[in-house]
Amino acid sequence: MFELSAEGKSAVQKELGRYESKDSAIIPSLYIAQKENKGWINQEVISHLSKVMDIPESKINEVFKFYTMFNQKPVGKFHVQVCTNISCALEGGRELAQHLCKELKVKMGDVTVDGRFTVSHVECLGSCGTAPMMQVNDRYYEKLTAESAMNILRGMK
Amino acid sequence: METKLLTEFYHLDEFRGLEGYKKHGGYQQLPKALKMQPQAIIDEVKAAGLRGRGGAGFPTGMKWGFLPKNGEPRYLLCNADEGEPGTFKDRMMMERAPHQLIEGMIISAFAIGSNKSYIYVRGEYDFPIACLEQALQEAYKAGYLGKNILGSGFNHDMDVYRGAGAYICGEETGMISSLEGLKGQPKLKPPFPAVQGYLRKPTIVNNVETLAAVKYIIRDGAAAYKKHGTEKSPGTKLFSLSGNVQKPGNYEVPLGYSLMQLIQNEGGGMKPGRRLKAVIPGGSSAPVLNADEVAKATLDYECLAGMGTMLGSGAVIVIDDSQCMVDMLGVLTHFYHHESCGQCTPCREGTGWLNKIVHSILEGRGRLQDIDLLTKVADNMKGRTICALSDAAALPVLSFVQKFREEFEFYVREGRSKVRGNEYAQMHH
Repeated sequence: MFELSAEGKSAVQKELGRYESKDSAIIPSLYIAQKENKGWINQEVISHLSKVMDIPESKINEVFKFYTMFNQKPVGKFHVQVCTNISCALEGGRELAQHLCKELKVKMGDVTVDGRFTVSHVECLGSCGTAPMMQVNDRYYEKLTAESAMNILRGMK
Repeated sequence: METKLLTEFYHLDEFRGLEGYKKHGGYQQLPKALKMQPQAIIDEVKAAGLRGRGGAGFPTGMKWGFLPKNGEPRYLLCNADEGEPGTFKDRMMMERAPHQLIEGMIISAFAIGSNKSYIYVRGEYDFPIACLEQALQEAYKAGYLGKNILGSGFNHDMDVYRGAGAYICGEETGMISSLEGLKGQPKLKPPFPAVQGYLRKPTIVNNVETLAAVKYIIRDGAAAYKKHGTEKSPGTKLFSLSGNVQKPGNYEVPLGYSLMQLIQNEGGGMKPGRRLKAVIPGGSSAPVLNADEVAKATLDYECLAGMGTMLGSGAVIVIDDSQCMVDMLGVLTHFYHHESCGQCTPCREGTGWLNKIVHSILEGRGRLQDIDLLTKVADNMKGRTICALSDAAALPVLSFVQKFREEFEFYVREGRSKVRGNEYAQMHH
């Protein structure tokens, strides 16, 4: 069963006291839990958060499913999100996403056999002047070429 | 030519930290503002003609004026959920000059009598959030935030709230829902946020660039600020230039600047051998302009509105002649379908149908009547929903079909793109 670490629990408690409304702590707490659950969230995580936060599961679930940054299925250790919205599409973002899938031998949205990578499409990340780009976990990589992107991914530790 | 009012020191890394910011005039307007009457600040912002830089272009001073006069607690909410495709100016502002935003916010909060503000930043902006959090710590330590700021008796607390990936949270009432810990679904107006916003308290929601600009209105005075730009669109504005140009980037120019000059001078023009085909002038929700229109357009609220489009967030997306407009519309319809919050039927269903119809054309299954069907569906989505996302999805469709109809007809007739053949059909998901 999923359980937050002691640090995780205290971080959630801190969020619970941070805002005028207790519910505002749901999004920050989902981030904390996702980080401790290998980058994704399932019902076990929701149940546990519900107990720790004393907020009904249904309420947490509703928020969890609304926002795209909370992953509803497992992702690789490195979640590679390639922007394919308009400015990036004009500059080769879609070709880049396809190239990365081909090189890493993985279907869009799936995890590589070794568990290291997930490649997915993402909507505009505000990196339109430096297209094409990808976000790997929290970090942006910009002005990419097929080669430079693969070099970055190969070097991921 | 660029007119660097807000961005004057953005090239200096030290401008990000408190010391560097202060070295270049930082936190000099705050003590001045704290000695003014709050109403005098509001009047100055009104006189400067500052309009919301996030997209809607609503007069900022007038928005502030909607607050109740009864001293009820109120919130200031900075909209840093920059998500309009093509827009990346707020990100740069938070990365290069977090204190500039914070100073503008404290002055604005003092003007409207608010003791608490939030900066709602889109969740993907990890680095901008880190920059803001660092700057907030510095500002608290230096006594610019907290109790009795600079001995003025004014108290103000500021915090950052991290979104979690939803375009709709850039809509002010959607943002308020999200900050309250709910799904980011917009709320019916009225009541407007200035009367009943965050936790049903009066709330002012302003964009990053708008709040930062307040500082310069206090510094230079409304009259000097109005020397930039046009009579009805005063001031400077950051434009995010992207797409098929040589030098994409953020450029600060006076409002009323020529669109063609922005592309040619700042943007370095088109790529070798390429011709300009179209420009989306104000973020992906703004109706597209064809090359003839681009030649006549100036970057102010009135000119672009007169051409049936809008200045929006200032995201100028340049499309050259190697691009297929059906393909590009497919990218946009997919986006709006993905981002519809699902609350209102015309938007939830309409964005889905628009996306299906465009993709049936892209896959070679289109019928000629589908082109008119797109127009019909889009027409039925306008003005019928709680927020503007439905209109934002409909407007690109209407303008693409109207201005590039022959590309849509060719695609339907031949089952392939006039520009790119079958090359791009498999790119869509």
